[in-house]
Amino acid sequence: MNKPDFLLLIDEERCKGCELCIEFCPKGVLALASSFNRFGHHPAMVVRQEDCSGCQACVTMCPDACIELYRRKSCVGKTAAAPE
Amino acid sequence: MEDRSGATRKLMSGNEACAEGAIAGGCRFFFGYPITPQNAIPEYMAEHLPEVGGVYVQAESEVAATYMMLGAAAAGTIPMTSSSSPGISLMQEGLSYMLGCELPCVVVNMVRGGPGLGNIAPSQSDYWLATRGAGHGDGRCLTFAPYSVQELHDWSAEAFQVAARYRLPVMILGDAVLAQMMEPVRLRPRGEAMSLDREWAVGGGLKGRERRIVNSLWVVPEVMEQVNLRMKARFDQAEAEMVRFEEVGDEEPEMLVVAYGSMARVAETAIGWAADEGIRARLLRPISLVPFPYAAIRVWAERVRLVLVLELSLGQMVEDVRLAVEGRCPVEFYGRAGGPLITPEDTLSVILSMAGVRRML
Amino acid sequence: MLDDLDLTEYEPVYTRPESFTDTIMRYCPGCTHGLAHRLVAEVLDELGVRERTVCIASVGCSVYTYEYFNCDCVQAAHGRAPAVATGVKRVRPDSVVFTYQGDGDLASIGLAEVVHAAARAENITVIFVNNAVFGMTQGQMAPTTLPGQVTTTTPRGRSREEGGYTLRVCELLSQVEGVAYLARRVLTSPGRVRAAKNALRLAFEAQLEGAGFSLVELLSACPTWWHMTWREAFDWIDQTMTRYFPPGEFVNWRGCGQAKE
Repeated sequence: MNKPDFLLLIDEERCKGCELCIEFCPKGVLALASSFNRFGHHPAMVVRQEDCSGCQACVTMCPDACIELYRRKSCVGKTAAAPE
Repeated sequence: MEDRSGATRKLMSGNEACAEGAIAGGCRFFFGYPITPQNAIPEYMAEHLPEVGGVYVQAESEVAATYMMLGAAAAGTIPMTSSSSPGISLMQEGLSYMLGCELPCVVVNMVRGGPGLGNIAPSQSDYWLATRGAGHGDGRCLTFAPYSVQELHDWSAEAFQVAARYRLPVMILGDAVLAQMMEPVRLRPRGEAMSLDREWAVGGGLKGRERRIVNSLWVVPEVMEQVNLRMKARFDQAEAEMVRFEEVGDEEPEMLVVAYGSMARVAETAIGWAADEGIRARLLRPISLVPFPYAAIRVWAERVRLVLVLELSLGQMVEDVRLAVEGRCPVEFYGRAGGPLITPEDTLSVILSMAGVRRML
Repeated sequence: MLDDLDLTEYEPVYTRPESFTDTIMRYCPGCTHGLAHRLVAEVLDELGVRERTVCIASVGCSVYTYEYFNCDCVQAAHGRAPAVATGVKRVRPDSVVFTYQGDGDLASIGLAEVVHAAARAENITVIFVNNAVFGMTQGQMAPTTLPGQVTTTTPRGRSREEGGYTLRVCELLSQVEGVAYLARRVLTSPGRVRAAKNALRLAFEAQLEGAGFSLVELLSACPTWWHMTWREAFDWIDQTMTRYFPPGEFVNWRGCGQAKE
């Protein structure tokens, strides 16, 4: 079980399934879950964590600050520039 | 110049005495807007507040002045504004927000002829606006009506303690005559600034305390109800502690005259003349209009043949007097509206006719 | 998969701003009010001023702002936030005061308040979210509604006869001398959002330096009352709204204005 360089934690109860993070992620790391949160939204979920480059496009666009980003201490230099 | 008691006496207009009284009472933040006949108040504040480290802001409108007061009160001080009738109408929403946010302040209304643009002559036609106003919702301003330049000075100072004690807006109700006439005033010493240390005060830095929210939006009706019940409790406390009135005239009157502010001065003269004509009349002058001296009037209603209410309006306080009297004796009214003054001579003839009419029965 | 990972091997790159409370915001999915809130919260964190900040909430979709920011807050009446902010700042000059207002609140009923707060060079920061409609009350025309734009009160599209012309707040305020920082930004892409955050930071720095009045206008999406998907809404902002509301920096007391985008 390899350890991903970057880790996205999504607060599924806070997410409204607006899909901005999914749209702006350059790597297709995120997608809507088929499950519902208690507000009846399909929350965003991480589907390809290993492809995350740490560019922060998702946390930049999230209107509800649902996403937190962590980086493995050993790979500080590998963060990608954020897209335009 | 100094009088025997060492206090400084000074010939001042009502406006200036009122402003100086506020400074003496601890006012340090004033938000004003020009409107005759109260202009000398913001002018005085602009000139003198800086002497005590205070701040004068001229707002873009009476509406904005009221919300600057709301912000200042939220930050902990007891702020002040002053205006005249049309401006006070504009302030009603803001005062309602002060009540909803449970914030104190002091508002001076130098009443002028109305309604509408009206004129700058004296009037008492804002009695309802003052005592039943304060915008939408329950709640109104504690209201005090001085009848001399000295009382304007004293009540303007006192208003800050009253506002802080009851956490309510306090209105000083004057008129164009009181605002502009000049009388000697025994000046109160300039006391300390009103403290900013309030349980609700925002902006002083969290420093380990919980964050504070000053707000009047309560979507849950039961919560909004609690805000109202807390406010009512404070009004009830003021009702018990802040009723103020004065009486002068015959000890065994056949007639009670009720008048406040400038009208009371005229009535006082007329009652003296009436006594020379054998009419036993007594003047009861409400100073606190909210809380209104119902009980004191009720006592006299048991013992006099009639109560005569005199106002510079079409009759507004007369309704409160009727509430006090509750049918114990007839309540008569005489008033003029739109700005003309009622002379002592007119008042005497009214008193005589009232007394005369009753005598023929 | 996440639970068994040992988080001690990881360090935070981005976490939820401390200047946010835990309250879940009530904005519609795709609305960018929340995004504007988040940028303000991040700037307050970065400037380290949360503990002496006072947020003045206005009336509109953002009426519950006082539930979202983890600092002292005052709820102002519709349109009066700049006046309330003036009162707070004059009594507490060491506090950091900002108002958060929509286009109905600021440009309609509250236009006098914001213009005069600017003219008085009040040291406050105004966050002005422009989404071209009245949102809370379900989509009426706002002063910022565009020509031809259909709203519930311009059913035939806004025109000279019905609704009059669009108000450009930044252009108006750029004529007022008390303004230290004035910019309009857009929230429709990561790059533009970063530029918006930079503008917000400069606005708060203007206040901290006592340079005078600052305002940042943020073009924001309202998918619900524009009756669009958020994607269509973002495109409408980029292609149509920015034609009437060109983004850029209008006033910068430090003189180094970024070129208009």
